[in-house]
Amino acid sequence: MCACRGDACVVPTSITMTLYILKRVAQAIPLLLGVVVFNFVLIQLAPGDPVTLLVGDYPAPEEYVRQVRAEYGLDRPLAEQLVLYLGQLARGNLGYSYANRMAVAELIGKRIGPTLQLMITALVIAIIVGVSLGVIAARGRGKISDWIAQAGALVGYSVPDFWLGQILIILFAVTLAWLPSQGMRSARSVATGFDAFLETLPYLVLPATALSVRFIALFSRITRSAMLDILHADFVLGARAKGLSEARVLIAHVLRNASLPIVTVIGYNVGLLIAGSALIETVFAWPGVGRLMFDSITKRDYPVMTGILLMVSGAVVLANLLTDLAYAALDPRVRYTR
Amino acid sequence: MSNLRTWLAFALILGFVLLAVFAQFIAPFDPFRGGADALLAPGAKNYLLGTDHLGRDILSELIFGARVSLAVGISAALSASILGIVVGSLAGFFGGWVDGALMRVSEFFQTLPRFVLALVIVAFFGGGVLKVIIVLAILSWPQIARLVRAQILSLRESTFVEAARLSGMNGIQIIAREILPNALAPVIVTGSLDIASAILLEASLSFFGLGDANLISWGGMLNVAQPYLRQAWWMAVFPGIAISLVVLAFNILGDALNDALNPRLQETA
Repeated sequence: MCACRGDACVVPTSITMTLYILKRVAQAIPLLLGVVVFNFVLIQLAPGDPVTLLVGDYPAPEEYVRQVRAEYGLDRPLAEQLVLYLGQLARGNLGYSYANRMAVAELIGKRIGPTLQLMITALVIAIIVGVSLGVIAARGRGKISDWIAQAGALVGYSVPDFWLGQILIILFAVTLAWLPSQGMRSARSVATGFDAFLETLPYLVLPATALSVRFIALFSRITRSAMLDILHADFVLGARAKGLSEARVLIAHVLRNASLPIVTVIGYNVGLLIAGSALIETVFAWPGVGRLMFDSITKRDYPVMTGILLMVSGAVVLANLLTDLAYAALDPRVRYTR
Repeated sequence: MSNLRTWLAFALILGFVLLAVFAQFIAPFDPFRGGADALLAPGAKNYLLGTDHLGRDILSELIFGARVSLAVGISAALSASILGIVVGSLAGFFGGWVDGALMRVSEFFQTLPRFVLALVIVAFFGGGVLKVIIVLAILSWPQIARLVRAQILSLRESTFVEAARLSGMNGIQIIAREILPNALAPVIVTGSLDIASAILLEASLSFFGLGDANLISWGGMLNVAQPYLRQAWWMAVFPGIAISLVVLAFNILGDALNDALNPRLQETA
């Protein structure tokens, strides 16, 4: 506990925070390195010539295959190969996709926009709906509303999201013909900028909904239990005793303090979100990274697969790091205890 | 209420297990043999749930598909549990650098996106039920390892372990006979939930076309259904219901076990 007043407090707090950040970043680096080594081991262990996994199962010119062999030193000892592999990655070279005639990094870069759009939309829906459901369930604990919300969460968590996507297509695109189901805009569209964004919205509704359901379930469960932990805390009793309205007590006091575990769950589930979007993009022909993953599997385009694995792993490590930092910023206790 | 729920889940699991075991006696048609009756709607010509694009009976395919889902789900979760128990015991018992190293490895597998990793590994090494089980087990053990390790660390100092040590048991005996039986409750809960997530992962892999091409799986059926969403809704609807029901049943079972084995939670949840 800090007994000092005013400016004196700022210094030690910012030092512990900086130390904490440094410590967490230092922990993230070996994890990333581990991913790269793991990738390397996979390429070595997989049946067949490793060069196939670096070039892809595609009729590439002999000259290029020879070049890859030399670049990655495939005739050298393993340790040397690993160093060369790390060197290529450090230069941002994720490989080249002959099937797409494009560098893997560039290919992923082109596809990342639609994926982010889908993920962020789904996340926003999930947070709004999930947290609201969790609050309703916690408030009506033991009542029918709680029971329905809990049962709904259990079902939502059990249903495969890609199948839910198919059902949404059958219901809303085929039977009712309300919404489009494939791609992110009309093939004839010439719109650019903001107009293009507006055009994608109807295409976004179904995939984003399908992707969000699992997270609505997850967020409503965690919100409910986090709220129940706090609902009977002394300061909530105090707020009630002060005569604050129920809504104010719930939002300003309970939900605000319950937000920490909620933030953590969101941050730690970015990986799950990416996996979900890979499947959803396949169902809805959404032109993002997930669809690229599916295509690269059918084309046996190995460099694209490993490139996506590296990128996704990096994103997850980064998301976890940011989550921990956000947690530390929101809750000072973390910085001292860890 | 919650008891009824648990029994329903249990009955559902038992029902699917029976379907899987006795598939060839229960299925009304040969699920592998197609014919001229392609894309028939449910109810037409004795096909209760309709036929697929090759004229195969959906109901019979579903019954046989239960085999892959249950076999993969249960074996993967069981292997992951065993692996987790072994690693967790080693880490908890030896401590020091062994513990540190094993926990770093488990952290590594816990952080990485399981589905994408499973996709890449299966795409590299080829599908097949056995390989899928191994991959899912390798990607799922860390949680159980951490649980077991934590249990060992907390039980190590307890009086009954002290008594066992004084009576001359060695380390492995103490872990196997004294600590593990007491640490098993959370492992069973997690294992049950792991079955649910393994079934979902297997279905996802098969949906991506990475399942065993010679076997019928629910995820594979959804993959086949994708181009026919407009013509034949039944091809997608029923396999998805089957997956959801089984996964739901194992999730309910896990929750129920958690409530039963963890009385403290019962009060707050």
